[in-house]
Amino acid sequence: MARKLGSQTYTLDNQVVILAGAAIVGKKEGDGPLARYFDNIVDDEYAGEKTFEAAESRILRDTYVKLLEKSGKAATDINFVLSGDLLDQCTAASYAFRDANIPYFGLFGACSTMSEALVLAALLIDSGAADNIVCAASSHFCSAERQFRFPLEYGSQRTPTSQWTVTGAGAVLLSNQGQGPRITSVTPGKIIDEGIKDANNMGAAMAPAAADTIMAHLRDTGRTCDDYDLILTGDLGSFGSTMLRELLKRNNIDLKDKHNDCGTMIFDLNRQDVVCGGSGCGCSASVLSAYILEQFSQGLLNRILFVATGALLSPTRMQQGETIPGIAHAVCIEA
Amino acid sequence: MKTLSKHEYQKLVEKKAPGSNVVRNIFAAFITGGIICAIGQLVMMTVEKLGADKETQAAVTSIVMIFLGAFLTGINLYDNISKFGGAGALVPITGFSNSIVSPAMEYKKEGYIMGVGAKMFLIAGPVLVYGIFASVIAGIVYFIWKQVI
Repeated sequence: MARKLGSQTYTLDNQVVILAGAAIVGKKEGDGPLARYFDNIVDDEYAGEKTFEAAESRILRDTYVKLLEKSGKAATDINFVLSGDLLDQCTAASYAFRDANIPYFGLFGACSTMSEALVLAALLIDSGAADNIVCAASSHFCSAERQFRFPLEYGSQRTPTSQWTVTGAGAVLLSNQGQGPRITSVTPGKIIDEGIKDANNMGAAMAPAAADTIMAHLRDTGRTCDDYDLILTGDLGSFGSTMLRELLKRNNIDLKDKHNDCGTMIFDLNRQDVVCGGSGCGCSASVLSAYILEQFSQGLLNRILFVATGALLSPTRMQQGETIPGIAHAVCIEA
Repeated sequence: MKTLSKHEYQKLVEKKAPGSNVVRNIFAAFITGGIICAIGQLVMMTVEKLGADKETQAAVTSIVMIFLGAFLTGINLYDNISKFGGAGALVPITGFSNSIVSPAMEYKKEGYIMGVGAKMFLIAGPVLVYGIFASVIAGIVYFIWKQVI
């Protein structure tokens, strides 16, 4: 059983292995620096479906099928699917797993969904309640735009702190046995709201949550940044990353060259016109499931802290003048 | 975050946030808006040449410009023009046309009643509501003014 360390970290006693990962992304992501790590790149923004919402579900379902194929597991081996996305009522995930015939939990953690799924799945496997769990998350630029912003063809300009929702899905299979990097501890995050009101500045809204969770993890485990090869935040983007460094520096934590951010990794910020970088559940999910797992298998990483961050806002609450609550969950992954 | 209050954090974000390139934006808006207005002027002068009176000239010009805005939206071009030109492309009547056609295209998937019908004025709605409201007020003021004089 997991043991609690300090205020909010849990160290796992039993083996929790990331057996395999799969990621499928859209065309723009397939034009980015991480293109060769993804399992498939879908050029059609509809992915052969009639609507963007259906396309997102399709990409997520295909990613899940690819994951089973890569892991050599059958659907009947899987105890649970933990999955989520950005759409109202988590519909991308619900429709993606409609025909999967596996016990399913829909999660909403905005862009932090992947780490939320990993935290819960790791604790479930460690407790002995499950042998194999699929964790998956997706987002789609077009379905997110129509839900959170403007119609696609409406002529609006992006502000200098905005981010670009990633079209893509990532999925990993956690198991109590097998070969692969292991999840050794998890730090579920608290909701932190520092009063940011600008929905086009989610990096700044999420940075305090990321800082809070990273500090809690380091404090609880008694480690420093030097104990990690990489501290990988979800999608703070370039500006959110600046704010994270600033906040940690004020708390006497220097990230040095240990930090990277999925939102700035998945796109080429100078070339791809995404302003501050990528966002959306599919961003950190696909970067982790493809690129990071590959780095582990090549022996380039030994221990990382994966901290996907989420902005828990809704258009309705924004219109009512509310501020943006942020969240970040940390997962320690070791070779 | 013990070392920063909410207020201090917001101030810090404001200070650190990259700003818009105002000079570039004003220039792009001037060029884009200028070109759109010049096209409108050309249409108007053409209609004038054909012998139409002032009122017809204005009506035909509006119709042509609204069509152009809708057409460019339909072939997925207007959003790129706006991305470059900002307010220069949003303020003219072509931008108004874009704000109605783009949701109509986007929400077609939800059907013609609850999709296109209900969402078509999602962006232009407030402009229409307050525009018509303002014109009613102006009309009343004008009416009273004429009675007094």
